[in-house]
Amino acid sequence: MSDKKLYSITALFNTPDEISKAAEVVTNEGFKKFDVNTPYPVHGLSSRMKLKPSTLGYFALALGLSGAAIALLFMYWTMSIDYPMIIGGKPFFALPAFIPVTFEVTVLLASVGTVLVMLFFFFRLPNNSHPLHDTEYMKKVSVDKFGVSIEAKDPIFDAEKVKQLFASLGAEKIEEIYYDEEEINHKHKIFEPRFIAFLFVIAIVVSGGTYFTLNKLLYMSPFNFMLDQHRINPQTKTNIFADGFAMRPPVDGTVARGTIPYLYKDDPEKAGMLLSNPLLATEENLALGQKKFNTFCSPCHGYFGAGDSRLNGQFPNPPSLHSEKLIQWQDGRIYHVIQVGQNIMPSYSKQLTENEKWAIVLYIRALQRALNAKEDDLK
Amino acid sequence: MSVDYTREVSVIEGNPSFSAVNELISRPLDERPDKKFYFALAITLSMLGTGAVCLGITFWFGTGVWGLNNPVGWAFDIVNFVFWVGIGHAGTLISAILFLFRQRWRTGIARFAEGMTIFAVMTAGLFPLIHTGRPWLDGYLLPYPNQHHLWVNFTSPLLWDVFAVSTYFTVSFVFWYIGLMPDFANLRDRAKSRIKKIIYSIFSLGWRHSHRHWHHYEMIYLILAGFATPLVLSVHTIVSFDFAVSILPGWHTTIFPPYFVAGAVFSGFAMVQNVLIFIRKIFNMEHIITMDTLEKMNKIMLLTGSMVGYAYGMEFFIAWYGGNPIEFFVFVNRAFGDYAWSYWVMVSCNLLFPQLFWFKKIRTNIKAMFVIGVLVNVGMWFERFVIIVTTLSRDFLPSSWGFFTPTIFDLGILIGSFGLFFTLLLLFTKTLPVVSIAEVKAVLDHAQPKHHHGE
Repeated sequence: MSDKKLYSITALFNTPDEISKAAEVVTNEGFKKFDVNTPYPVHGLSSRMKLKPSTLGYFALALGLSGAAIALLFMYWTMSIDYPMIIGGKPFFALPAFIPVTFEVTVLLASVGTVLVMLFFFFRLPNNSHPLHDTEYMKKVSVDKFGVSIEAKDPIFDAEKVKQLFASLGAEKIEEIYYDEEEINHKHKIFEPRFIAFLFVIAIVVSGGTYFTLNKLLYMSPFNFMLDQHRINPQTKTNIFADGFAMRPPVDGTVARGTIPYLYKDDPEKAGMLLSNPLLATEENLALGQKKFNTFCSPCHGYFGAGDSRLNGQFPNPPSLHSEKLIQWQDGRIYHVIQVGQNIMPSYSKQLTENEKWAIVLYIRALQRALNAKEDDLK
Repeated sequence: MSVDYTREVSVIEGNPSFSAVNELISRPLDERPDKKFYFALAITLSMLGTGAVCLGITFWFGTGVWGLNNPVGWAFDIVNFVFWVGIGHAGTLISAILFLFRQRWRTGIARFAEGMTIFAVMTAGLFPLIHTGRPWLDGYLLPYPNQHHLWVNFTSPLLWDVFAVSTYFTVSFVFWYIGLMPDFANLRDRAKSRIKKIIYSIFSLGWRHSHRHWHHYEMIYLILAGFATPLVLSVHTIVSFDFAVSILPGWHTTIFPPYFVAGAVFSGFAMVQNVLIFIRKIFNMEHIITMDTLEKMNKIMLLTGSMVGYAYGMEFFIAWYGGNPIEFFVFVNRAFGDYAWSYWVMVSCNLLFPQLFWFKKIRTNIKAMFVIGVLVNVGMWFERFVIIVTTLSRDFLPSSWGFFTPTIFDLGILIGSFGLFFTLLLLFTKTLPVVSIAEVKAVLDHAQPKHHHGE
């Protein structure tokens, strides 16, 4: 007996009238840490226990307003900023059309959020190891009795006086509730082998399942029917055409849309003489040239055109763009190299548009100028 | 006959004791299911299996196996969706709206009706998903940051539906669970077997029947009812937007939202009434789910049925009064065109037969109300069929006109949806208390302190 720790003294009553009176008396006696347990909410108890009105409504309000704000801001961001698109002639921020989703998210967040707040912060649930659990007291108040429980922690708690009080109220049964020794001393061990094994199994099942679904399942029938269509895929064989290729070359004389025929393919000197750069050395054009130079030219020629890229030594070394010869070349001559290629360098006519080629030429000129700056460039 | 209106009518007959109520409601959970249960389960599972096979064939070969065609691109799938969402509405109406109106007679039926809501919405939710044809790609219905940098179209009624139905399901489920929590605690405290006790303990979250908890619990119940009320009205409103926001004649009408909500409550009550007639008999709950309750449900069906009937009339009136010849053609076509038979099935089942509920004798006759309830559900299913299929089958150009005939797979999936719903219901009756134990105790005549009676 002495090694057990008292949690509370409880009393059971038979009728809602008795429990109302008991609640009132216990409250008036000045007890703070006590509780009334009833199988259903008994009206009038709250005022007798002097409970403050529930503040859950404020949480519902706050959560609901945040739901509305989150929904509206999210829709505003997706539909007006991240991927603006005109749909049905509506403005990007089509408020009337956003109302239904705003309403639903408001209700969702407010109701689910308030419930969670109540369960976890107001009630401190889940709590299956409370001392009142598994007692005769709990089994009775679950069905048809009405109970009061005064905790030993209450500042004015005195076991004998509490029992006398209950007896004077006409309690049917008075019971002492003790802490469950085992539960008090129980330590949750996070590194318990069973728990680790459990986590391990979860990790395997989740990752395995995800891998299987994304990499195997979606390529099985019927999930892959969209992949398997009655058509010939590029880069495959076919016996429809004599040459066995699925892809067809364009008909002779086809000119792709936007193509400007290049007249100086075999005559670099003429290109140098006749072509001139249509672009002005504006900041915008230079930025474009830099971007394209870094993408297409720098892998061999290096970021500053010095021919010092990381490929240096693996191929015939790319020439520096700062040689005397190149500085002397006309713009059109450099353009010609980009257009047609030279030695091991392939043509870049397909990868770059007309503007981009000339922008690169501009940028190369800027790089050359940077190494041979004149006195008056500083101005 | 003089009635004393100052005395509150008992909603539970015979004034049983708390423990008698407790025993009666939890008895089905203690006993092993009998033969009748397995027989019923066999029937519903066969229906579910039929649906599953038809659905499997649909997934393999695509929605081409259905009777859909061009122009009728929506048919049984969407009809069933609207039908089942509608069935769900009665539960929320009973649990939330009647709660706000302090209708204490709802107590006996609220739990079961809420359960039906959840199962009906689950059944309904399947249809838009399978209607996409490739349900494994349905994740794209949700706005999540994906590799395409695309977002869903928040201005589309179909997307509003995604939000409305999923919110509706979640909130209904939370509402249901909050109501169940004290009952789980009750079952936990009376459980004999260890496994049951563990399961109930987990679901009760350690509820202690504490008044300090009941105090907030009653508030959350009020808050949830307050949110669920506009929510349930919004859900069928948004479902009706799927049609009303389009510009098709016969769909593009402002009467749709109230008309759909009334129809949903109408069909939902018919379904709840039908099922409860069996439940009260099988589980000996005639004094908890009283004849008075059933009569009140029939009155609500009479009210909502008349509202639906008014909407039928008003649609015709506006089609004529609005002076739009295309609109008028659509409505004449509904009543006298290819699908005239379905229109008249709808009118007779929804408008004529429920009017019999004006008579108290029919209102309180179990057999009569059951038959009318079934007819109402037939009629409401056809209502959705009429709205969707007649409008679509007459496209703007006569050269594009078509005719929809359901295939065996359409019918199989319809049967399967009933199989799913009733299988879930049957399992529910054996795993959870079909009537709220705590709530029924609270409305017994001797449940509240005398000086507080009538609060």
